[in-house]
Amino acid sequence: MEIVFAIAIGVLAGSGVWLVLRPRTFQVLMGLTLLSYATNLFIFGMGRLKTGAAPVIVGQQAADAALYADPVPQALVLTAIVIGFGTTALFLVLLLALRALTGTDHVDGREDRR
Amino acid sequence: MNALLEHLVALPIVVPLLAGASMLLVSEAQRATRIGIAFFSGVLQLTAAVVLLYLTSDAAPFIWQDGIGVYSLGGWGAPFGIVLVADRLSAVMLTLEAVLGLAVLTYSIARWDKPGQPFHSLLQFLMMGLNGAFLTGDLFNLFVFVEILLAASYGLMLRGAGATRVGAGLHYLVVNIVASMLFLIGVAMIYGVAGTLNMADLARRFAGLAPEERALFDTGAAILGVAFLVKAGSWPLNFWLPSAYSAAVAPVGAAFALMTKVGVYALMRVGTLMSQDEAAASMLGVMMFYFGLATLVTGTVGMLAAHHLARFVSYSVVVSTGILLAALGLGIEELTAPVLFYLIVSALTAGTFFMLTGMTDRTRNTPSAAVLEEPPLPPSPFYTAFGVRNPDPYGTDSDVGVAIPRAIAFLGLVFVSCVLLVTGLPPLPGFIAKFTLLSTAIDSAPAVGLGGAAWVLAAAVLVSGFAGVVALTRIGIRLFWTVTARTTPRLRVLEAAPAAFLVALCIVLGTAASPIMRYLEHAATSLHEPQDYIRNVLALVDSSAQGTNP
Repeated sequence: MEIVFAIAIGVLAGSGVWLVLRPRTFQVLMGLTLLSYATNLFIFGMGRLKTGAAPVIVGQQAADAALYADPVPQALVLTAIVIGFGTTALFLVLLLALRALTGTDHVDGREDRR
Repeated sequence: MNALLEHLVALPIVVPLLAGASMLLVSEAQRATRIGIAFFSGVLQLTAAVVLLYLTSDAAPFIWQDGIGVYSLGGWGAPFGIVLVADRLSAVMLTLEAVLGLAVLTYSIARWDKPGQPFHSLLQFLMMGLNGAFLTGDLFNLFVFVEILLAASYGLMLRGAGATRVGAGLHYLVVNIVASMLFLIGVAMIYGVAGTLNMADLARRFAGLAPEERALFDTGAAILGVAFLVKAGSWPLNFWLPSAYSAAVAPVGAAFALMTKVGVYALMRVGTLMSQDEAAASMLGVMMFYFGLATLVTGTVGMLAAHHLARFVSYSVVVSTGILLAALGLGIEELTAPVLFYLIVSALTAGTFFMLTGMTDRTRNTPSAAVLEEPPLPPSPFYTAFGVRNPDPYGTDSDVGVAIPRAIAFLGLVFVSCVLLVTGLPPLPGFIAKFTLLSTAIDSAPAVGLGGAAWVLAAAVLVSGFAGVVALTRIGIRLFWTVTARTTPRLRVLEAAPAAFLVALCIVLGTAASPIMRYLEHAATSLHEPQDYIRNVLALVDSSAQGTNP
């Protein structure tokens, strides 16, 4: 499970970095989205991967940390998702505004001279 | 009274939050109400900050042990709950921020807070984020507050729209989103290794890590450090900064003056907490000296190349970051107090200078940015209170505001003061700040074998000061002496007063440098001996542990 998880994060982050470095604003937007997926999965993974473990203590079961999933990274991921979503939405607005103001979707607001 | 004192630490966060949110509910026509709320909140924050300054000093040891106030949010003690911690460093930063915030607020009501955009709310949220970042004792909470201040800054930065501003804002946004992700990855790695995010708890567990865990922890700390360096505007991650800051309107630039300092503050706070054993600083390493130096050089070159005052000021912000990072990178404890003093002076200077750019902009005939597009503001009783007749930003200069006689003389005076402050010439405190910084560095660096580095720093600081003089002379001549195609600016009291106030405050800082330095030295000592901090933050969990197993 760990290796699949790690590869998934790596692929997402790699594609994200490549897209963020592209000149078109929409590519940057997709890149940021992929990067934030990678980051969120990474935070989640830092709580150790477990299947079928409850994040809060279940009724009569013993309060042994090994039996439970770590709830803190899950809470962190929720916060990170909300913040990342908000800023990405703002980026989308800026993308449209820049497109309307300059007539191009290049990140610098003007095309490269070739 | 006691209850108020107990909750005082949370006040600098709660007040701007409530003020900013309640202003959104007030209808746009009621401008006076919103300004009233904003001023009330600003004054309250300043009061709280000054009281904290007093409580954390040695003057009142009977209230808080060691001058460290800990506030457990929701009553959950550290390390399980999130704590706010006020110590001397936090109190100094809070006061600085409250003063700058009030000045920006006064400045902005002259003509910058046009209806339709929630300027005052955003400013309050920015202040809330700054206050929170200075107070929090939890790494993830630091991230949240940094995001709050960034979110507010995105809104503020885009005021007035225009292609340049949107373009610069886009770059600013992308860089900061990526930096925030680095921040998150660093925080997550540290949590994965140490199992806690409370800074004091981290500092305690840090020593007990196994060597293989230690490597992972250091990687996390390094990634976190990179994120802080981006926020601080360190080379080579600072190319977004000058265009973003100079594209923003003047009061926003002034409000941003403290934002890069959050990165420096975070480096100092986290760096000192984690470097208490001899295994050395994972963050305040000597590499930071070289990064600081490179930042300093970039800023200096940029200053020389700048043709516009706002761009020059942005580069001077880069220079001050460079000096701060390079001085911290030397890793000398005696340097911390001069570094803090320089931080205060440079933040106030940058704020004043950005305000000045807004005032001199009108001396040019070219319609600058959004000024001419603004719709007229409704008349407000506030203006009559200040003796300002007509706050109409739309009209020509002949009927705008009250004319201060010899406006040029005033602008020139503020400009000269700013020049002296930025370049570090006597008699203003820019000189005192740089002088104490460099003399302390040269005195104490040979003891740790960094004598050469200290001299390099001294040379770089002096050369950058000289370059600043050259560049400012050129800009000053263009602004004030070439009169063709320029109109005499008309000043508003509301714009002139905060700038003059900040200059006056700088002069007071210079004359009262000795008690301030003493306070900052105490702040530096408690920063470098974090045992008190750790003990106070974790007092609750320690005492309850003793209670259960006597």
